[in-house]
Amino acid sequence: MDEYLLIMRHEDGTRIASPEQMQAWMKQTMDWIGGIAAQNKFVNGTGLPMDGAKIVHHGGLVTNGPFGDIKETIGGFITVRADSYEEAAELAKGCPVLQGEGNTVEVRKVAKNDGTH
Amino acid sequence: MKPHPKSLSKGEGLENPASLSKGEGRGEANQQTLIPHLFRTEFGKITAVLCKLFGFAHVEVAEDIAGEAFLSAMESWPYKGIPENPTAWLYAVAKNKAKNHLHRHQLFTDKVMPNIDTTDTVSLEIDLSDTHIADSQLQMLFAICHPAIAAEAQIGLALRILCGFGIDEIANAFLSNKETINKRLFRAKEKLRSEQVAIMFPPPAEIDKRLETVLTTLYLLYNEGYYSESKDSVLREDLCVEAMRLTTLLMGNIRTNQPNVNALYALMCFHSSRFAARKGLEGELVLYDDQDETLWNQGLITRGAFHLHQASQGEHLSKYHLEAGIAYWHTQKTDAPEKWENILQLYNRLLQIAYSPVAALNRTYALAKVKGNAAAITEAEKLGLTGNHFYYTLLGELYRDIDITIAKKHFETALTLSKTLADRQTIQKKLDAFDAF
Repeated sequence: MDEYLLIMRHEDGTRIASPEQMQAWMKQTMDWIGGIAAQNKFVNGTGLPMDGAKIVHHGGLVTNGPFGDIKETIGGFITVRADSYEEAAELAKGCPVLQGEGNTVEVRKVAKNDGTH
Repeated sequence: MKPHPKSLSKGEGLENPASLSKGEGRGEANQQTLIPHLFRTEFGKITAVLCKLFGFAHVEVAEDIAGEAFLSAMESWPYKGIPENPTAWLYAVAKNKAKNHLHRHQLFTDKVMPNIDTTDTVSLEIDLSDTHIADSQLQMLFAICHPAIAAEAQIGLALRILCGFGIDEIANAFLSNKETINKRLFRAKEKLRSEQVAIMFPPPAEIDKRLETVLTTLYLLYNEGYYSESKDSVLREDLCVEAMRLTTLLMGNIRTNQPNVNALYALMCFHSSRFAARKGLEGELVLYDDQDETLWNQGLITRGAFHLHQASQGEHLSKYHLEAGIAYWHTQKTDAPEKWENILQLYNRLLQIAYSPVAALNRTYALAKVKGNAAAITEAEKLGLTGNHFYYTLLGELYRDIDITIAKKHFETALTLSKTLADRQTIQKKLDAFDAF
């Protein structure tokens, strides 16, 4: 089994609506992750709050951002165990982020620490 | 004269979980059960104190002396009557025997005496005070739960040395035989000697890590009693009571009274509250849904809630917190929507930090309660637990109202995969219920 990183990207992260919707979205995310964990395929993962985020530029310049309104903001990621890209993509399909039009989940294999990638 | 062990060992200082279901546990020992009761409570205490004094290398000597003290009682009490304070009597005899042993065995003296802070055996103080007993047992618990020892052996050692269980009883509890258990305990003791494990508190920097192992052992010890296949229901309950007693020992010390310890204790209380309701008239297992909740022990539920509250301090959320939370919601019989929603979320988190097939199946059951059977079937079929009879039992349950033929097929698969009589009986009952329609 390999590990795959599922990176959740939002078209517009600021468009998060009412507290009720946030609550519902949070619950869906927990159930999605719980479903993956129930298959013993969850490795780890976390959401990424925007507040106070910084970008460090070439030359050591530090600016505020990214802000949620830019395209393809990373909202969070989880690492899963899967036998193939296809299986990892199947797990990604359940991600509630995908309910938002334009949002994506990027599936990337994690390099093994065995010198072969 | 009617000795009442509870008043005799009043110095336990810790709340005694005593009997879990009925009133006939060790808490209310009478003449007939006095010796077994004393043996269970005092053998471990005497052994721990002596072993602490002699060092783990001489654990057998400590056990022998404790055992001999009881033999002396058997030789004397039937003729002279049971002493006013049997515990004190046993302690006095054990002290004398320990001193005699040091006197008589030159070799033992040469090796052990230099490590004891005294010059001669006459002035040697053997401290059998309540505080010292509690400390010694706690330190012994840490020694036994050393990472170098396999979990199964840790449980066996704890039962033998700390809980005064006989080899037969341990073998019975593990569904094993005397030889296997003897060998296992022997190897474990050898390992503790060769690793030179000291009977002492781990240094402060290590205590949290070592406590993890201790909690795992107590958790397994409890489960051994709660889920054991052993027919001896008194023995099974005793394992649970002992696991709880050792956990209260941890809560009684400021260094080990940690949130995760309280969470584990809360879990044990909630589970134990259903002890009486779990067994039918013929000793068969009564499933949760069919249990008579008037048999649930409200006192234990309240105690569990108190300790779960105690556990809520601190930053770290252990699997015991989550399991205790799940067990708490199970003490609420009514199927309120928030009950299953909470259980589902607790399982979602539990599976992330501690996956187990049982938790995965239970999570799917909770999901069915929240989102309906069809949604749960989709998730269940992803679990891939095809060697597990509980998996097919769950699928059978979920299909019951959707497709009776598929449901039956799953129960039949479960029947062929189940290994114990109790499980087969439960599944057969379900199958029979189909035919009744």
